[in-house]
Amino acid sequence: MADFLMPSLGADMEVGTVLQWLVKPGDPVKRGDIVAVVDTEKATIEVEIFQTGVIQKIVVPEGEKVPVGTLLAVLTTNGEAVAAAPEEKPKPVAPPAPPRPVPPPVMAKPAPPRPAPAPVAAKPPTPPKPAAPHRMHISPLAMRVAMDLKVDLANVTGTGPDGAITKADVERAAKAPPAPAPAPPVAARAAAPAAAPATPAVAPVDRTVTMRKVIAAAMARSKREIPHYYLGNQIDMSKAMSWLTAENLKRPVTERLLYSVMLLKAVALAIHEVPEMNGFWKDSAFVRSEAVHVGVAISIRQGGLIAPAIHDVDQKSLSEIMVNLRDLVKRVRAGTLRSSEIADATITVTNLGEQGVESVFGVIYPPQVALVGFGKIVERPWASGGMVGARPVVMASLSGDHRASDGHRGGLFLAAIERLLQEPEKL
Amino acid sequence: MSDEEIRSLYLRELHKIAPEVDPKEIDPAVDLREQIDLDSMDILNLAVAIHEATGVDIPEADYPQMTSLNGCVAYLHARTS
Repeated sequence: MADFLMPSLGADMEVGTVLQWLVKPGDPVKRGDIVAVVDTEKATIEVEIFQTGVIQKIVVPEGEKVPVGTLLAVLTTNGEAVAAAPEEKPKPVAPPAPPRPVPPPVMAKPAPPRPAPAPVAAKPPTPPKPAAPHRMHISPLAMRVAMDLKVDLANVTGTGPDGAITKADVERAAKAPPAPAPAPPVAARAAAPAAAPATPAVAPVDRTVTMRKVIAAAMARSKREIPHYYLGNQIDMSKAMSWLTAENLKRPVTERLLYSVMLLKAVALAIHEVPEMNGFWKDSAFVRSEAVHVGVAISIRQGGLIAPAIHDVDQKSLSEIMVNLRDLVKRVRAGTLRSSEIADATITVTNLGEQGVESVFGVIYPPQVALVGFGKIVERPWASGGMVGARPVVMASLSGDHRASDGHRGGLFLAAIERLLQEPEKL
Repeated sequence: MSDEEIRSLYLRELHKIAPEVDPKEIDPAVDLREQIDLDSMDILNLAVAIHEATGVDIPEADYPQMTSLNGCVAYLHARTS
């Protein structure tokens, strides 16, 4: 038997809501399969399972909010006999958590699976239910909006492809007047006051406020626990930008590169020279990661930022990174990120140049130990070989964790990024 | 393509990229990036979508002409009629 727990999808996640199960008892699953959709108060994430076996029991039903580490489902792993699917609806291991104003701080390290917080209470047997869970044809984003607006999806008609419920369908349903209640008996009507007070509308959850609180708690924890140091380097981008312009001229519009992919690749390759920037601070020690999974800060249209990972950036061509980046941005905004993309980043890169920012001094996303920021490319007077000319220049900054590295190594890291960007054709 | 078809295409693709934007509130003469939160990935996706719908190849150097509705209509009008 193996437990499938509510995963920790980042330092800023303490609870998650199971929006949808994509499997039912008896379904075979293999490592990497997406089995559930979870809302983290910051994003909607498709959660993968990391065991191979057969789902035996769903423990936490759809709509339930539970802490990280809570038992969500039980599966039999290969070789085990599959027990009969339970006939009664299991009681969630955690009571529905009411919205908390501010999540209490916890340790920044990725928590080992916590034991289920509450014992399963005995429950009288209920009549057997059909084993198959209800699989609604609805996007994760629409489901999240429905949850926020407290819309009963059973009453929503989908207008999307194949009748899928869209965000617009949910919002329309939220605005629609409620169905009239059955007329009370005549006697009751006679006794009722002439004009009953209107039922107060349920205020929708302010998702932005919740998300800001979650982010603030994680960032405050980061600043409290991580001894940050900051370094900045101005980098001449003339060679990189000339190469990119020429390269994009050769490419069809569908295959063009954004300048960001050069930055991601340069950071990933620089890690080979200064590997202590890449990994996690766990159990009072730095754990270096061999793989270079770069978290890319991407803005969410509804507000906030999320930094999912592009895996193995150091091993990929610029074209491959561009394909990954386009896909990631699209899925961040569609609400279809995967859990591995949230949890795997070994270093984060943020580029705020498009917002006009010249220098970025970011907060490290624990348990990572470094964050690289890039600002806007601006023309600056640049002296080289005794001549002064105007060059496109970007400020690259490093937020480093003094527990894992120091300013000397951080300086070498930024110097490596600068050097790599002077030979863009080799990226 | 008629100007109206181009306008319709542009707003349709923009809606896919930024569904929160009300097309009626877009000032056609003003750069979209001054009106709504669009980044270079959004502009690239807009160029790709317009290319796929019209067959017009839009060099990177011409992206600035695509960032306003009126600019895009003029640009595509010259290349599709």
